[in-house]
Amino acid sequence: MKDKINIVLTGVGGQGVITAANILGKAAVKADVNVFVSEVHGMAQRGGSVNCTVRLGKVSGPLVPSGTADVIVSTEPTEALRYIHYANSQTQIITDIVPVIPFTVSVGMEKYPDVDKVFKELENYGKLFKIDAVQLAKDAGALITKNIVMLGALAGTDILPFKKEILLDTILSNVPAKYRDMNKKAFENGYNVTKKK
Amino acid sequence: MEILEDKPGKKILLLGNEAITRGALEAGVDIATTYPGTPSSEIADTFSLIARSFTKQKKDPGFYFEYSTNEKVALEVAAAGSFSGLRVLTCMKHVGLNVASDTFMTYLYIGCKGGHVIVSADDPSCHSSQNEQDNRFYALFGSAPMLEPSTPDEAREMTRQGFEISEELKLPLLLRTTTRLNHARGPIKLKKMKKPHGRGHFEKDPMLVTVPAVARAQHPILLKKMEQAEKISEKSPFNKLISIGKPNEWGIITSGVSFNYVKEVAEDLNLNVRILKLGMTHPLPKKMCKNFLSSCKNIIVVEELEPILEDQLKNMAFDLGCTVKIFGKRTGHFSRLYEYNPDIVGEVFSKIFKVKKPYSIPKKSDISLPSRPPALCPGCPHRATYYAVKMAKPRGVIYPTDIGCYTLGKAPPYEVADLLLCMGSNAGTACGLSVATDQKIISFMGDSTFFHSGIPPIIDAVHHNHDVVITVLDNRTTAMTGHQPNPGTEFDGMGRPAKGIRVEDVVKGCGVKHVEVVDPNNIKETTAAFKRALDFKGPSVVVSKSPCILLENRDKRKAGEKIPVYTIDQDKCKNCKLCISRFSCPAFYYGEDDLIFIDEQQCNGCGNCATVCPFDAIHPKKEAKK
Repeated sequence: MKDKINIVLTGVGGQGVITAANILGKAAVKADVNVFVSEVHGMAQRGGSVNCTVRLGKVSGPLVPSGTADVIVSTEPTEALRYIHYANSQTQIITDIVPVIPFTVSVGMEKYPDVDKVFKELENYGKLFKIDAVQLAKDAGALITKNIVMLGALAGTDILPFKKEILLDTILSNVPAKYRDMNKKAFENGYNVTKKK
Repeated sequence: MEILEDKPGKKILLLGNEAITRGALEAGVDIATTYPGTPSSEIADTFSLIARSFTKQKKDPGFYFEYSTNEKVALEVAAAGSFSGLRVLTCMKHVGLNVASDTFMTYLYIGCKGGHVIVSADDPSCHSSQNEQDNRFYALFGSAPMLEPSTPDEAREMTRQGFEISEELKLPLLLRTTTRLNHARGPIKLKKMKKPHGRGHFEKDPMLVTVPAVARAQHPILLKKMEQAEKISEKSPFNKLISIGKPNEWGIITSGVSFNYVKEVAEDLNLNVRILKLGMTHPLPKKMCKNFLSSCKNIIVVEELEPILEDQLKNMAFDLGCTVKIFGKRTGHFSRLYEYNPDIVGEVFSKIFKVKKPYSIPKKSDISLPSRPPALCPGCPHRATYYAVKMAKPRGVIYPTDIGCYTLGKAPPYEVADLLLCMGSNAGTACGLSVATDQKIISFMGDSTFFHSGIPPIIDAVHHNHDVVITVLDNRTTAMTGHQPNPGTEFDGMGRPAKGIRVEDVVKGCGVKHVEVVDPNNIKETTAAFKRALDFKGPSVVVSKSPCILLENRDKRKAGEKIPVYTIDQDKCKNCKLCISRFSCPAFYYGEDDLIFIDEQQCNGCGNCATVCPFDAIHPKKEAKK
C-alpha cells in the first residue's frame, strides 16, 4: 500500500462533488486513516467548475502536487480534462460520459469540444474508465445519487486504504433512512464498473 | 450534532472554519459576533446553526451569537462582552478588519478583560475578494499577539489557547487564517468543552475612556504587554523545530499553510534541513529565531503575500551581525502575489538547492475547454432589475456597483458595473461622480450592504443634493455568503424573531424626497420607476424588493407548493433571440435547428422571460416541478 494517496474530485457545481469529498474524508477518519480535504466555496456556485482534493495517509496538507494524482474522479468529461495537470501515466481517470453544457456554450459564445475527442485525449494522460453515471444513478432510483455512483467507482479501483464497507457505511449514515437503499444501489452500480473481475 | 460532542480524544472531520468554532466552544466562549464574508463565513454559520437548533428546542445554547450590522459593530459588541469579563470571539474576512480597524487600533490601547479572539480570514489569490491584503500587518500595526494555524486541528487548538493567551496579556488576539485553512477539512481531536460564564459584570474604570491623557498612559502599557507577549512566544508550543533528513547548515522558516508545502517538498526532494515552524508569529520569539539564524549558513523564508517574517528576520540578523544568507521574496525567489502550493514551493526549492523539480506537470492539452463563469441564477430578481434599468434607455449612465451577487451584472449583456472599491462604495462614488461629471449615475447595492455601510453616503447625497439614482437591490438576505440574515430580516442569527428594518423607512428618514419601492418582477413598473428617478433632480432611491429566488423556492418546497417550469411554444417563437441576447437567463439554450429551449432542471419559475418575450411564446408548463 502506498503511504500517500492523492484523489482529485472534479465536476460542475450542484453535482455533489463537495459532498462526495466530505464523505470520503469522514470515511477515512472512521477508518483511522490520516486525511486532508480541500474544497472551493464562494463565487464557485451552481454551474461553475468545482475541484476538490482528498489526500490520505502520510500527508501534511490538502493540496495535491501536479502529476501526483492516483485517481481523478470527474462527474463531467471536460472537467476531467480541465484538471489533467494532476495526472501521470499511472493515474486512473474515472469520468461520467454525460456532458454538462455551460451557458456560455448554450448561448453560442463558446464551443463544447467533441466528447469522443475528450475521451481520446484523457486516454493519453492515464488509464481511463468511462462510466454512464447518469444512467446508473437513475437505475438506482434518482439522478441525485450520481456522486455516490462515482464514489462506488472509486472504491472499485482498490486504491482506498480501507474497506469499501467503511465508505458505504459513511454514505448511508449521511442520508435519511428512506434514501438508504437507493444510495446503496448507486454505490454498488459504480463499484461494479471499475471492480476487476 | 457531532461538533457539540463532549468526548475528549474522539476524532472527527471538520472544516477549518468549523474547527475554529469548536475551539471557541472548548474554551467556553460566551459571545460570538461577525459580519459574513468568504472565506470566514462558516465559523459564524456554525455558531448560528447550533444556536438555531437550541432556539428551536426552546433551550439556551449557552452563548450569544449575532450577525452584526458590520465588522466594526461586531468587534464593538464583542469587546464590550470582554470588558464585562466574558470570553468573546469576532470573525470576519480580511477586508472586514479594515472596517473594524478604527475600533481595533484603540481597543489594543485599552486592552481586554475576558479573552477575545479576533479571526481574520485572508484570501490570497482573491478567490472571492476584491484584494489580497496581508492582515498580519494589523498585528504589527496595532501591537496585537497573533497566531497562524497550518491545519484545521491546529486552528481548533490555537483558538482554544488563544483565549488563554489573550486573558494572560489582557489583549485581544488575532488568529490569522487563509482560504486554504478555512476551506480545508482535516481530522480534529476533540478536547473537553468548557462551560461558558453566563452573564458578565462591567466594572467602571477611568482608564477605559481614551481621552488623550489616558491614551498617552495606555500606549506604554501596550508596549510592556508586547514584551510579555514575546516571552509567551518564546515558550509557545506553536513555535517549533522540525528536522528533515540529516540536518545541516540549511534552515527554513515558515508559517501558516506554507508549512504544509515546505514539509511535503522537503521530504519529496530528500532534503537535509531544519524547519522553524512559527505558529505564534507576533511577537516573534526573538531568542528562538536568533539561535536558529546563528546556527544556519543559509535560510529560506516561505510565507504567502508580504515579506513580513523575512524582513523581521533580516533585522535580527543585522542585530546579531551574522552573515547568514536569507532567501525569500527580497531575493526574488518567492512572489508577493497569490497563494502558494507544493508546485510553487517545489520549483523554488529546486532552484535554490540546484536539484530536479519534485513534480512534473504533464503537457497541456490542445483541446480548448469551455469556461464556466459564475452567473446570476435563473430566476434571480437582480436580472429583472437590470433588464428594467436597460429598458429605461438611460444614455451615458455610469453604474457604480457594490459587493454581492449583483456584481455579476458586470458581464454582458447587462454591463451595469463600472466602478467598485469595497462595501458601500457604490453610493459614495456616485456622489463624487455627480460632482465631477455631467454624466447620469445609477448605483447598485444589496440590502445587507445598505445596512453595512451604504447609509452614510446616502446622507451625504441628501445633505449636498447630489443628483444620483441609488438602487437598493433588496433580496431579503445576505445571499452571496450563504443566505445569512441581516437587519432587514424578521429573524436573527439565533433563529429568534427580530425587528426587520425597512430600507425605504431608513432612506426616507435620511431625507431622500424621491423614494420608490418596486417589485422587479414587474418589469414594466420597474422600468417606469427608473425613468422617473432619472428625471428627478437631486438624490433618488429605488428599492427593488424581491426575495432571492433560491430562498423563495426553498420556502415553497417546504410548504409543499409547486414551482412552475416555463416552456417555449415553438409555433409562436419567431427566434428573435431576445430571451438569450438581452435577458440572458442561463436556463435558455440553443437546441436542434437553432431553436431555443428552456432547461427544466435549471428553470426556477420566475416567469420574467414570459414578460420579456415580444411574441407571447413563453408559458408555464402544465406540470410544475416539485
